[in-house]
Amino acid sequence: MKFRKYFGLRLLTYVFTIWIGVTFIFFIPRMFPSDPVESMIGQIRARSGQMDPVEMDALRRSLRVQFGLDGSLMEQYGSFLWKGLLHFDFGPSLSSYPEPAGNIIGMYLPYTLSLSLTTTALAWIVGNVIGLLAGFRKNKRSSRILEGIAICIYPIPYFIIALVLQIVFAFILGWFPLQATINTQGNFAQWAASLFQASVLPAFAMLMVGTGWWIISMKSLSGTTAEEDFVLFARYRGLSEATIGTSYVFRNSILSQITALAMSLGGVFGGSIMTEIIFGYPGVGLVVQKAILMSDYNLILGCITISIVAISTATLIVDLIYPFIDPRIRYN
Amino acid sequence: MKKFWKNANGRLKLGMVITAFFMVIGFVVYYFPHTNPFTFNSYPNKLLPSGEHWLGTTSMGQDIVWLLIESIHNSLLIGLLVATVATITGVFVGLIAGFSGGAVDRVLTVITDTFIVIPSLPIMILMTSLMKGSSTVFLMAMVLAIFAWAWPSRQIRSMALSMRERDFIHTAWFSGEGTVQVVVTEILPYALTWSLSNFMNATLAAIASESSLAVLGLSPGNLISLGNMIQWARDRNAIFARQWFWVGSPIVATVLLFIGLFLLITGYNDYMSMKRGR
Repeated sequence: MKFRKYFGLRLLTYVFTIWIGVTFIFFIPRMFPSDPVESMIGQIRARSGQMDPVEMDALRRSLRVQFGLDGSLMEQYGSFLWKGLLHFDFGPSLSSYPEPAGNIIGMYLPYTLSLSLTTTALAWIVGNVIGLLAGFRKNKRSSRILEGIAICIYPIPYFIIALVLQIVFAFILGWFPLQATINTQGNFAQWAASLFQASVLPAFAMLMVGTGWWIISMKSLSGTTAEEDFVLFARYRGLSEATIGTSYVFRNSILSQITALAMSLGGVFGGSIMTEIIFGYPGVGLVVQKAILMSDYNLILGCITISIVAISTATLIVDLIYPFIDPRIRYN
Repeated sequence: MKKFWKNANGRLKLGMVITAFFMVIGFVVYYFPHTNPFTFNSYPNKLLPSGEHWLGTTSMGQDIVWLLIESIHNSLLIGLLVATVATITGVFVGLIAGFSGGAVDRVLTVITDTFIVIPSLPIMILMTSLMKGSSTVFLMAMVLAIFAWAWPSRQIRSMALSMRERDFIHTAWFSGEGTVQVVVTEILPYALTWSLSNFMNATLAAIASESSLAVLGLSPGNLISLGNMIQWARDRNAIFARQWFWVGSPIVATVLLFIGLFLLITGYNDYMSMKRGR
């Protein structure tokens, strides 16, 4: 019963999060005086010189339909929710007209997802293992040093780590290309090799920041848990340190780390966007940057809608794993 | 104060020293008379560090030290502005949620949780890209504050929940104090010490978000923050020209500032939990 309630409440928050996010991004552009259709017409006019006013009106009308700007505000909102959220149809991209914005994002999204999901999972596992060891024997010198390193890396924003790595490893040492290029012409092996080469530095940058945080939080969590009475009792029972570490300290500390993982995904995605931009890694971040430069609102809206859905879904999945690790939610 | 310093742990001390150093640079040294660092060609281009120009000059003949001081000032200003707005809103919402309970609490909690998990950077990108050109420091701070209040609010709510059951609150209630009076005289002082670490956290997060937006070219163009200074140096090929002092000094300053603030936060939290434990 309790599990069902947990599940239902979590699902409700999921729908609510996406709805608030999407409502936000629908109404914000409409609160600003700038009009994407007028700015596009301005661009066309600047390129083609003189244009017939009648044709111009026809163009304006057809652009309004394509950009979902016709009809009343509520109609627009309804069709935005229907088309954008349920069919990922955001209309044509402005910068590479008439290619649909959804297609462009679909092409780049897998790169971002594979980079950020792999590094997040890896950082979480490595960070928690190191953090557990450091917290469980917190008076050892090695754990102090590890924590010190983590403290010096974690607070630094992603793009600064990325920039420093780029300067050192790509510019000064020349081990990696300055800007990523993915080989799409050659065969699979060439493609995979170029992707690997382009991913090493971005992945390393994201791992550094991510792991740092999990070490710090796990160390303090397991440090507190290790001082609990039940751990002392386990010690009196004569259990081995390994058993105490894994089934007493670890199992109790990991619960809040799962919640923390779910809550950190939004930040990780933001970090991934910044890292991609610095390294020119072909992901959603690069699309966002291009869309901003070209004032391509459909593409920006599309990227943001899809990222909100993706992050909320990932958060939901992590939260739904939680009951399988915490028996209190399952059986009560 | 002397006793505080004696009881403080190493992290807190180091964090305070680093943060104080940046505060002095940003809000005291900043007001020393100097040549406007924005003016191009005030000095010869691309000078190396010397007695006159400690960090040299840019390729537009600007003094890097003063450029850096100006950007530290602006970054800190934005951070503190956002943190103030976010903390006040967060304390307010959190106290209402925690003390009213029932439906009000449930609605506010769902909204707060939504704002915690929502990916903030994409939405901030959208808002700032629409304001491109017309953005100011104040507008920038407001955009950042939209996503900064939720975490303090959540913390204050859980504090309020545990607070509600404490003896001295009951005493205050039974002695006939109204809700408003209880909140203002009994709860707020507690909430403020709790909020201090959230305040510093919000400052750090705001400076980080602002500099991320700056790298995307979305920070106000007339504002030089730490992120903007890095981005301008990148735009003008300071890396390829190996002008390390130009691109490196804001990087080093940001890293130091963030480590200092982070040490301050964790040190303060440890100090407070020690104090509560005693």
